Amino acid sequence: MSNFLNSSIGKKFLVSISGLFLITFLLVHLVVNSMILFDSTGVLFNQAAHFMGTNPIIKFVEPVLAIGFILHLLYAGIVTLQNQQARPVDYKKQHSGNSSKWASRNMFILGSLILIFLVIHISNFFWKMRFTGHELLEQGSTDGVENAYLLVTSLFIDWWWIDIVYVLGAVALGFHLSHAFWAGFQTLGLSNIKWRKRLDFLGLLYSILVAGGFALIPVWVKIASML
Amino acid sequence: MDLTLKIWRQADRKAKGRFEIYSIKNISPDSSFLEMLDVLNEQLVRDNAEPVAFDHDCREGICGMCSLFINGRAHGPDESITTCQLHMRKFRDGDTIVIEPWRACGFPVIKDLIVDRNAFDKILQAGGFISVNTNSVQDGNAIIIPKEKSDEAMDAAACIGCGACVATCKNSSAMLFVASKVSQLALLPQGKPEAVRRAKAMVAKMDELGFGGCTNTGACEVECPKNISLAHIARLNREFLLANLKP
Ligand code: SF4
Ligand code: FES
Repeated sequence: MSNFLNSSIGKKFLVSISGLFLITFLLVHLVVNSMILFDSTGVLFNQAAHFMGTNPIIKFVEPVLAIGFILHLLYAGIVTLQNQQARPVDYKKQHSGNSSKWASRNMFILGSLILIFLVIHISNFFWKMRFTGHELLEQGSTDGVENAYLLVTSLFIDWWWIDIVYVLGAVALGFHLSHAFWAGFQTLGLSNIKWRKRLDFLGLLYSILVAGGFALIPVWVKIASML
Repeated sequence: MDLTLKIWRQADRKAKGRFEIYSIKNISPDSSFLEMLDVLNEQLVRDNAEPVAFDHDCREGICGMCSLFINGRAHGPDESITTCQLHMRKFRDGDTIVIEPWRACGFPVIKDLIVDRNAFDKILQAGGFISVNTNSVQDGNAIIIPKEKSDEAMDAAACIGCGACVATCKNSSAMLFVASKVSQLALLPQGKPEAVRRAKAMVAKMDELGFGGCTNTGACEVECPKNISLAHIARLNREFLLANLKP
């Protein structure tokens, strides 16, 4: 096992498997969040958020998710550092744009941006809902179902620049995913000439859906409040 | 054509190199890139200066020796060719052309534009072979191989070991080279008995020699003169992961 994890492919295996797990998580997360768009009373979203906060299966998956995040960051960081050492003298002139896509070359930078966003995002919502509590969560809450809808929408309505941060976060995520989707399968060996095209296409659809969906929510909430 | 050349000069492995600028005149657009360098070297010899050292052998795109990073791209601006197949008509009169050696930890510069690609031989020695008894020639038709498999193995076997994949990769990864060598054997029944050992040994050697890990940018596939597909890298990943599952 230690031999495996010392090998380049072994480390990338962990990045890929944890990444594909995070890709699944994002879809679930988007479905829950989209309740904000579908019901302006907030009841649907509050119930969904309550379910995610209390369901035993989700409770079990939560630490697994945290471990997945940490593995993904850790091993992506190790692989990136090692890869940088593989070219001690740089080219004077290199035209990378002719042979590869920008996102594929900048996964670490995109990932770091996403991490910064994640810290802001967690402190905005998850931290308050799970640990510290917040007065907005209590307002109009019934049967122990907290008013997460109010917490989320007030933030998006009161601070326009937070909306911009969320849109930028979604854009960075979209670019990251546009490369990550196919690459995750490729690293696991689950691709060939035929499937590469299919996975690339699916990956594009997926990243547009996820980035578009997450970006739409703050914008929608803000605009709806101004009408 | 009149050109300005910016060429990396380095006396030996240890020396600190630098770029030198040369002007060259009256180059035919129909001459090859290496012929253009020959003209430059004749000019340098005439001037009692040290000619530029660069690798070449067959000059017909099959040996993989020529190895130049030209204007920011491995083997120059064209795709699917080696440097010796590049012609001067791809450039414009008055252009400045930057010529660098392959840059990678696994490919140290020996002199000027020549790099040491022994690392590829070491990776092959680690497992890029099959063990067979000599002298008893087998019936060629005794082992039946599906056409698609033999075609794919043949495509992988087209790799000429030029190193453009490493040179162009932002991680200096040798995955495309190793994948083609693993793939050409993994696809055929003759390669199966040693598949587990081969995948492990070749990947371990590649890591040990200082090549980076693949992050699937796909640059290698675009710059490879033999169009080796990324699908072979997927097969290498598969072979390696399965090899690690076996005791
Ligand atoms: S895979 Fe292509 S680029 Fe790499 S060594 Fe072989 S022929 Fe050259
Ligand atoms: S010199 Fe043989 S391939 Fe270019």
